[in-house]
Amino acid sequence: MSKPSQNSSPENSSPKNTSTVIATARLIATKDLRVELRSRVLLNQVVPFSLIVMVMFAFALDSDAVLERVAPGLVWLATLFSVLIMVSRSFAVETADGALDQLRSSGVPAMGIFIGKTVALMVQLLVLVTLLVGAAVVLYRAQVSWSGGVLLVTTAIAATCGLAAVGTLYGGLAAGAKGRETLLPLLLLPVVAPVLIGATRATESAFGTNGIAISEGWPWLGLLAVFAVLFSVAGAVAFGPLLDD
Amino acid sequence: MNTTDTTTAPNSSPRDRVTGTTFTRGLGVVILAGMILLVILGLFVSPPDVNQGESVRIMYAHVPGAWLAYLAFVVTGISSAAYLWKRTRSLTWDRIAGASAEVGVLFMGISLVTGSLWGRITWGTYWTWDARLTTTAFLFVTYIGYLAVRGLGGTHQQRARRSAVLALLAVLEIPLVHFSVELWNTLHQEASIAGRGTDVEMDGLMLFTLFLGVVVFTLMYVWLVLHRQRSLALDDMLDDSGLDNALTARRAEAQGVAR
Repeated sequence: MSKPSQNSSPENSSPKNTSTVIATARLIATKDLRVELRSRVLLNQVVPFSLIVMVMFAFALDSDAVLERVAPGLVWLATLFSVLIMVSRSFAVETADGALDQLRSSGVPAMGIFIGKTVALMVQLLVLVTLLVGAAVVLYRAQVSWSGGVLLVTTAIAATCGLAAVGTLYGGLAAGAKGRETLLPLLLLPVVAPVLIGATRATESAFGTNGIAISEGWPWLGLLAVFAVLFSVAGAVAFGPLLDD
Repeated sequence: MNTTDTTTAPNSSPRDRVTGTTFTRGLGVVILAGMILLVILGLFVSPPDVNQGESVRIMYAHVPGAWLAYLAFVVTGISSAAYLWKRTRSLTWDRIAGASAEVGVLFMGISLVTGSLWGRITWGTYWTWDARLTTTAFLFVTYIGYLAVRGLGGTHQQRARRSAVLALLAVLEIPLVHFSVELWNTLHQEASIAGRGTDVEMDGLMLFTLFLGVVVFTLMYVWLVLHRQRSLALDDMLDDSGLDNALTARRAEAQGVAR
């Protein structure tokens, strides 16, 4: 899958041909999604894990009223915990056969790899969040109206985009050598705090918890969007240097 | 024991393996004197606060400590950028960034603990979720992650690049965290408990003592970072010479065999 006609220098600073970046991104994204489709790790392992987490919350919190009130927070907490596993998985796929090193040395632009992996991770996260919201409706008696649903979908897209970008970026740092994977939660969780805050508040509005109006949720979407854009750009730039280890 | 790689250790010479120089010794004396003055003024001479009583004295350690933590963070960010920029690339910047981060974590911990104690006395609670406090806690955890990444191993350049990128990402992330928490807090209509706690009406002497504290702590920061980055340079030199010695030994072996 290398491109012999490309005369990019070994250094990461070669001028990026946009179509190459996009082509690479598409290639990597479809590869990741195809791997997931065939191995079904998300479906068989991560989703059950997150559902168990949702159940354990119920054991810990032990009150229907409390659960209904904190349902939005629990959905996104479960998502965050699952992101840790999914990012590890996303990079385990690469490092298993040294594929990441070969990708880099084949001259493929790092930005393309980053975008591809982010998109694949985002799709998987969207599936996960949808299932978790369903679980919240069932387990915690959350309620979603139509207008709430629009807010919810937009929130999910913005939040998962941010999470996927940050996850891929820090996952690239934590991937590979021994003693690194355990670093991922420590690095990732502080960074995604804004997403947790914003997504939870927006979801609260969407669920109508505590009588919060849906209109109050939209400003939080702004925060999520800023986060997503900021870290997508930062990630695209920083991924190459981080990977060149 | 005889390699003097001046690119990694600009301040040491073959016969001087310690990290002290005339400048740092002089600086140390000044700091010591300043500290003694600070303790006398802060703990004994300056008046207790009208509202807070004696507990206001915690401020003389807490505020300079917090200031130091933020300063260290900024220095780490700038040094990381300096390392990443090709024209100023030098491992010295990396070592300054690392030293500054270590000192910063120490003082951030001190300021969080002293702040908690002060909060317990003044507000009745160890913690509150106001933006400044929460952001400081996040900064603390982020730094610990940064130090963990510095310990991952590999060549000096790999370590430098990894941690430099991480530091710059932290510079991006911390304002975002601060902003989100602030936004979150305006929802909560917290009682005055989360108010502007460190704004006390200050007697002239208290103000001076505080200012003295900031100055002395800043000098102490400089002293600590200078020493620490030199000892990091010595560490790196040791690594390099270890490699050189191994290579020399292997070559000698090879020649022995070839003969």
